[in-house]
Amino acid sequence: MEQQSTIHEAPPGFPDLVKIRLHKVLSEVGHAFTLFFQTIIQIFRPPFQFDLLVKQLLLIGFNSLAVVIVSGFFTGMVLGVQGYIQLKPYAVEGSVARFVCVSVVKELGPMITAFVLAGRIGASITAELSTMKVTEQIDALEVMGTNPVKYLVVPRFLACSIMLPTLTIYSTFAGIAGGFVAVVALFDVNGSFFLLEVQKNLFVGSVLISLIKATSFGMAIAAVGCYKGFSISTAGGAEGVGIATTGSAVISLIAILVLDFVLNHILFNILGMV
Amino acid sequence: MISIRNVTKNFGGKNVLNGLSLEIPRGETLVIMGRSGCGKSVLLKIITGLMSADSGEIWFDGMEISNLNRKKMNVLRRKVGMLFQSAALFDSMTVAENVAFMLDQHTDLDRREMHKIVDEKLSLVDLADVQDLRPAELSGGMRKRVGLARALAFDPEVIFYDEPTTGLDPVTCTEINQLIGDLHERLQVTSVVVTHDMHSAFSVATRMAMIHEGRQIAYGSPNEIINIDDPILQQFILFGAPDQILNMENPILKEYLGR
Repeated sequence: MEQQSTIHEAPPGFPDLVKIRLHKVLSEVGHAFTLFFQTIIQIFRPPFQFDLLVKQLLLIGFNSLAVVIVSGFFTGMVLGVQGYIQLKPYAVEGSVARFVCVSVVKELGPMITAFVLAGRIGASITAELSTMKVTEQIDALEVMGTNPVKYLVVPRFLACSIMLPTLTIYSTFAGIAGGFVAVVALFDVNGSFFLLEVQKNLFVGSVLISLIKATSFGMAIAAVGCYKGFSISTAGGAEGVGIATTGSAVISLIAILVLDFVLNHILFNILGMV
Repeated sequence: MISIRNVTKNFGGKNVLNGLSLEIPRGETLVIMGRSGCGKSVLLKIITGLMSADSGEIWFDGMEISNLNRKKMNVLRRKVGMLFQSAALFDSMTVAENVAFMLDQHTDLDRREMHKIVDEKLSLVDLADVQDLRPAELSGGMRKRVGLARALAFDPEVIFYDEPTTGLDPVTCTEINQLIGDLHERLQVTSVVVTHDMHSAFSVATRMAMIHEGRQIAYGSPNEIINIDDPILQQFILFGAPDQILNMENPILKEYLGR
């Protein structure tokens, strides 16, 4: 009888499904923020393990340098070509240097760097941590009296927060160089004029905006990567690792876009930075 | 030494531990047996603080530990060593780094002293010349030995073994069982072995407990265990234990075999 009543139980309706899904999402966001705040607390608690930080800095920074420079360079080239073509009909093609410089410094430099690192580093952090979770290595850390947040998350979080602005500086220069090469080589623009225009439009405030954005993106990539790595269950297996890794890359990319909008609103509209 | 009192744990409406009580006396090797999914590994995770119980108490050396904060729990964990089912070696580190991990994290020993302890612990588990290898380069049995050496590195008072012989060939199983017995005799540590491998259980146990449906249904020395008239226990022993262990005079076993 009991079995029969279970069979005839009505499936949850659309509002219930929405409620269940919303509850799940909010619960995940809550757990992610808990991990984020635990990380912030652990950053300031001794012991400070600089060797782990240096290892992550090298892994995240040095190994990503080439791909970030290449991505920045070609983004700058595309901007230069598109900028010149769009501005020429209005006879303001001379502003192409300003267009490239401002776009790359304030927006595309940090954004492209963050996208590259989200795919490369965020996903690799998730894959590494979730594999450790599945193979009980994180449990082993706990049993040996080592805080996994302190040992695994803090170095990755700090390394991403430090290396993203650092790499952004390289990608920004590469972007401006790409724009310069494209515009000077393909169109009738004087190289000295381009560089002079860049110099005129490169403000400390703009660089500061770029670095604030890059640091925030770095934090977001590390936080999402670590959270997705930790959130897998031990029974998840290889499939769980794959799902977590894909999820990490997707969520990081969305987080970067949302964060970019929020930061643009705060920095330009509220704080009035230019 | 460890006292588990009325512990319950529920996963998604299923009671995995259902008011479990169990005593782990100092210096004994207690084997916790039970069918897959009966809550043995969950119990280990609760004792080691990897998971919290829904209710009940865990007493360790006269201290109630189920509500300890992380800092106090970490101090307590230094008295504990654990061999995980999969060995759980850190695959980004060498064998030596794995064994020295706790020393590196919790002491100020220099490299030479750590190296000496690593060699000593590896020789305890009959391993040599593997210090510079990575876990991926080791066989299943060697990984378990390294896991055991790592568990011994901080001279624990209690060692927990989670399914120590799972996934190993019969020869390696026997070697691991002998190793557990030897270590118990040589180091006089308290050992808790969670297993459903009856050969392993009867090889190493000085005390045994059987868990069924989240409760302890039998407890005693191996000799006492084979004489307990409990059908579930006897069925479990019949299908798993070596023939020479079976007590054919046990009425439950007689009845079961007579059917």
